[in-house]
Amino acid sequence: MKSEIIIAGFGGQGVLSMGKILAYAGLFEGKEVTWMPAYGPEQRGGTANVTVIVSDEPISSPILSSYDVAVVLNQPSLDKFEEKIKPGGILIYDPYGISTPPQRTDISVYCINAMDAAAEMSNVKSFNMIVLGGLLEVCPIVGTKEVLKALHKTLPQRHHHLIPQNEEALRRGHEVITKER
Amino acid sequence: MEENNEILLMKGNEAIAHAAIRCGCDGYFGYPITPQSEVLETLAKEEPWKTTGMIVVQAESEVSAINMLYGGGAVGKRVMVSSSSPGVALMQEGITYMAGAELPGLIVNVQRGGPGLGTIQPSQGDYFQSTRGGGNGDYNVIVLAPASVQEMADFVDLAFTLAFRYRNPVLMLSDGVIGQMMEKVVLPPFKPRRTNEEIRQECPWAAIGKRQKGKSIVTSLELEPKEMEKHNLHLQAKYKEIREKEVRFEEYKTDDAEYLIVAFGSAARIAQKAIELCRAEGIRVGMLRPITLWPYPADEIARLSHQVKGILSVEINAGQMIEDIRLAVEGRVPVEHYGRMGGMVPGPDEIVTALKEKIINR
Repeated sequence: MKSEIIIAGFGGQGVLSMGKILAYAGLFEGKEVTWMPAYGPEQRGGTANVTVIVSDEPISSPILSSYDVAVVLNQPSLDKFEEKIKPGGILIYDPYGISTPPQRTDISVYCINAMDAAAEMSNVKSFNMIVLGGLLEVCPIVGTKEVLKALHKTLPQRHHHLIPQNEEALRRGHEVITKER
Repeated sequence: MEENNEILLMKGNEAIAHAAIRCGCDGYFGYPITPQSEVLETLAKEEPWKTTGMIVVQAESEVSAINMLYGGGAVGKRVMVSSSSPGVALMQEGITYMAGAELPGLIVNVQRGGPGLGTIQPSQGDYFQSTRGGGNGDYNVIVLAPASVQEMADFVDLAFTLAFRYRNPVLMLSDGVIGQMMEKVVLPPFKPRRTNEEIRQECPWAAIGKRQKGKSIVTSLELEPKEMEKHNLHLQAKYKEIREKEVRFEEYKTDDAEYLIVAFGSAARIAQKAIELCRAEGIRVGMLRPITLWPYPADEIARLSHQVKGILSVEINAGQMIEDIRLAVEGRVPVEHYGRMGGMVPGPDEIVTALKEKIINR
């Protein structure tokens, strides 16, 4: 089993850290993992994406031409990565700020109102954990226990008191994701 | 400093820093530059001067850092620098001086796109600079090309071993892909730094001060041409020995290969995926991955050139290593290049297409 995933959005949305949690959770399950950021000069507001591969077998390339799953969190990322999803693959997107919705009919399309859900929870920073929860609802690549362990690993000690909020956000993500087609 | 075989997840740059501390490195000198800054950052965070006594200096420039490396090497210490392409360009004078003075030392280049200040994205554009001698005179540095985070960690100790075995600078030629990506790694076992007495025993040439028997003069200068030629002949004999003994490479699915890809470092990882895709279509492609770029695995490529119908050199540059492949192949089969430049990294699909267009259906 191998999952080739791209997560793409704006810098500051937590794209890279979401990928990191996924990669660590894969590590804790004893799987092979790679985490390859498209690192750029931008920080907040620029585009950011990360390729995460979680596999039972050794991984060759950390860089891919096509993906099993694309999680896109803004219009430029949707424009860039929708066409790179393998036929039969999965697209997850947040409609916030999307003017041209996904067009393809040969893939499964899921919608997650994570921006709205984060606002409802009065915790915009939990946005990426809501998205991760949604991703794991659709593709249970790694177990919840490992994700929580990964949260402990990736969050600095001084932020560990926020783990319950992150857990809640993950749970919310599982609930709010909906299948469009 | 506890022993462990724990499997960790980290960036290639971080792995280099942790490996250096564990390999008994005495000193690191560096100057921040993307995409290698995590080496210096990790060392600063780990504070090895409090544990192993390894010193970490942020130099005022790359020129300063490489000359600190010269100084450390001259006293027999295990020392290293790291930088990225434009920074390594600045270091070339120091590297040729070290080669001339026969000083050990590790230089890590986490390459980015050039020429000039270029870009911060990955590249393999420094192949010529690394293997042809970026500085003046007839010299070579041993060049190791890691293709994984594990190799970034493992090659630190290997580099020090080779540097001291041959009294020669060793260059680790990595790039922004391997430096920035995270994957699994088991760090090397902890090895203490050598004592001054051990250095005195192992490095009788080192200029370690008054308690030495006789003089140790460390220099690359010799104004008497006869003597300088003698020194050059000695260096060439050493390089010949390195070429005979230290070639390292890895083969992937070459047994039944009809076509061959030659690629190193991150390009080899991407090419391996391209081979998986080709094999799924029934095209028998294999790969030779040079691990040492100098000395180059020319004999092995020559051997494979009798077996395959064509060779594609996949490099993240305009085609540099292809010259070494063509020298090895001597025209027996077609050798073509595919690569991207300026910080663009080829995807596996592009390599499959290039292989078909340039080699299989040529």
